[in-house]
Amino acid sequence: MKFEDLNDKLFAILALFATIFGVFVLAVLISYTFYEALFWLDWQFLTSPPSRFPERAGIYPSLVGSIMAIALVGIFAVPLGVGAAIYLEEYSKKNCIARFIEINISNLAAVPSIVYGLLGLGLFVSTLHLKPGIVLVGSLTLTLLVLPIIIVASQEALRAVPKSLRENSFALGATKWQTIRSVVLPSALPGITTGVILALSRAIGETAPLIMIGAATTIFTPPKSIFSTYSPMPMQIFMWTDMPKEEFLHGLAPAGVITLLAVMLSMNALAVYLRNRYERKLKG
Amino acid sequence: MMLSVAFDVRELSVYYGKKIGVKNVNLQIYRNKVTAIIGPSGCGKSTLLRSLNRLVELIDGVRIEGEVIFDGRNIYEKDVDPVKLRRRIGMVFQQPNPFPKSIFDNVAYGPRVHGIIDKERLKEIVEESLKRAALWEEVKDRLHESALKLSGGQQQRLCIARAIATNPEVILFDEPTSALDPIASSKIEDLIVELKKNYTVVIVTHSIQQAARISDYTAFMYMGELIEYGETAQIFERPKKELTERYITGRFG
Repeated sequence: MKFEDLNDKLFAILALFATIFGVFVLAVLISYTFYEALFWLDWQFLTSPPSRFPERAGIYPSLVGSIMAIALVGIFAVPLGVGAAIYLEEYSKKNCIARFIEINISNLAAVPSIVYGLLGLGLFVSTLHLKPGIVLVGSLTLTLLVLPIIIVASQEALRAVPKSLRENSFALGATKWQTIRSVVLPSALPGITTGVILALSRAIGETAPLIMIGAATTIFTPPKSIFSTYSPMPMQIFMWTDMPKEEFLHGLAPAGVITLLAVMLSMNALAVYLRNRYERKLKG
Repeated sequence: MMLSVAFDVRELSVYYGKKIGVKNVNLQIYRNKVTAIIGPSGCGKSTLLRSLNRLVELIDGVRIEGEVIFDGRNIYEKDVDPVKLRRRIGMVFQQPNPFPKSIFDNVAYGPRVHGIIDKERLKEIVEESLKRAALWEEVKDRLHESALKLSGGQQQRLCIARAIATNPEVILFDEPTSALDPIASSKIEDLIVELKKNYTVVIVTHSIQQAARISDYTAFMYMGELIEYGETAQIFERPKKELTERYITGRFG
């Protein structure tokens, strides 16, 4: 056997090992969490407020709060992010200012989330005098956090639209906006959707910035409006890990984790379903 | 028969940054004729074609000198709206590239962006355009299927129908058959000859035979310059320049 062949095999085995390691850790984590959550995860858990007594405790107020907040993040972040991407890709001149902005947006995507928490606190609570810990402030802070992700993903999706489609549309006498609206955006939509899924999944799991803006660790009634205080699911879960009774750490917290995962995965599944249906319509 | 001029190109030069794309071209393109622009790759033929509908301006850093007179006006004058201009000049590109929409929506795209919303009117336009592009019989039962399902040749005819639908006076073709097989190509060629009854046709091609088969006038370009221009028969039988003769006899390019 030649040295190159041996080398090739060795590398393949190493790569396989790396893959198995990742999958194995994930599998253990999920199955252990599932195993612990199994007994606690029921209808009562999903529909009850938290309680001192593990058998009566539930995640309902946090579940409602998190879903409200994520819906708001979607409403704020998608038009802003896609709009910014359209401006940067389609309208702005490709000069050094544009490049400077683009580099900084990419950098913002890598800023630790706690920094966004401080920004949210300074901007929305101290400066705009919104009440700390309410759904609106949480959503606005998370919007800032995920905007760069949506912008970068949308820019890439827009860039991937073939130039020939744009030229064709212009050659037919369409204006720039008509071209963007009826040709470029529909072609870029699947890519943009992927970015939005990633961004919202990131937002629903965030905890640190929400601690900064004063979200509650536990609340007993679901937020009535976007101006009510809320407790995002990750914070409720964290709270449970710190309770004196064993059942909270080894029962309710895992049940909360599974609920959070379920919400996130169903959000993703819905988006993937919509995207595939749309792609089928495009490609026929 | 009197020849009437569709485009009067005067001292046109196009620069990409410091590079010259087209160098001081003078050329008259006649109405209801097929004019072919031939020449080796990178000779500026595509750039010349794209300066006729100002599509060349979409490239960053492009600079245009000289005039293109269309319908009595220089299209590069400040108050000429390129969007309105392009509604009168259709274009078909090298790659058949329908929009990822239905066949119907592809053809209706132009009329719709020009503000036609009446459904019956759109149906008429779509049918008429597809008939003129010799595609109607093949697609009339599946107008609402995706255009991307069509074969390459059908897609290119769809692009022609789409260009026709805006009711232009001129149709520009940028190497329309170079991505197609010979049978699909010959259908497009027949169609182009048919189209000159109603439209002025300008076609860029690097197939010398294609230019000889379908065009009435031929322009030969080399390194951004227009070397020779005249009736196709004259260019191919009695070229005046040696360079032209060498190119059409296949000795370079």
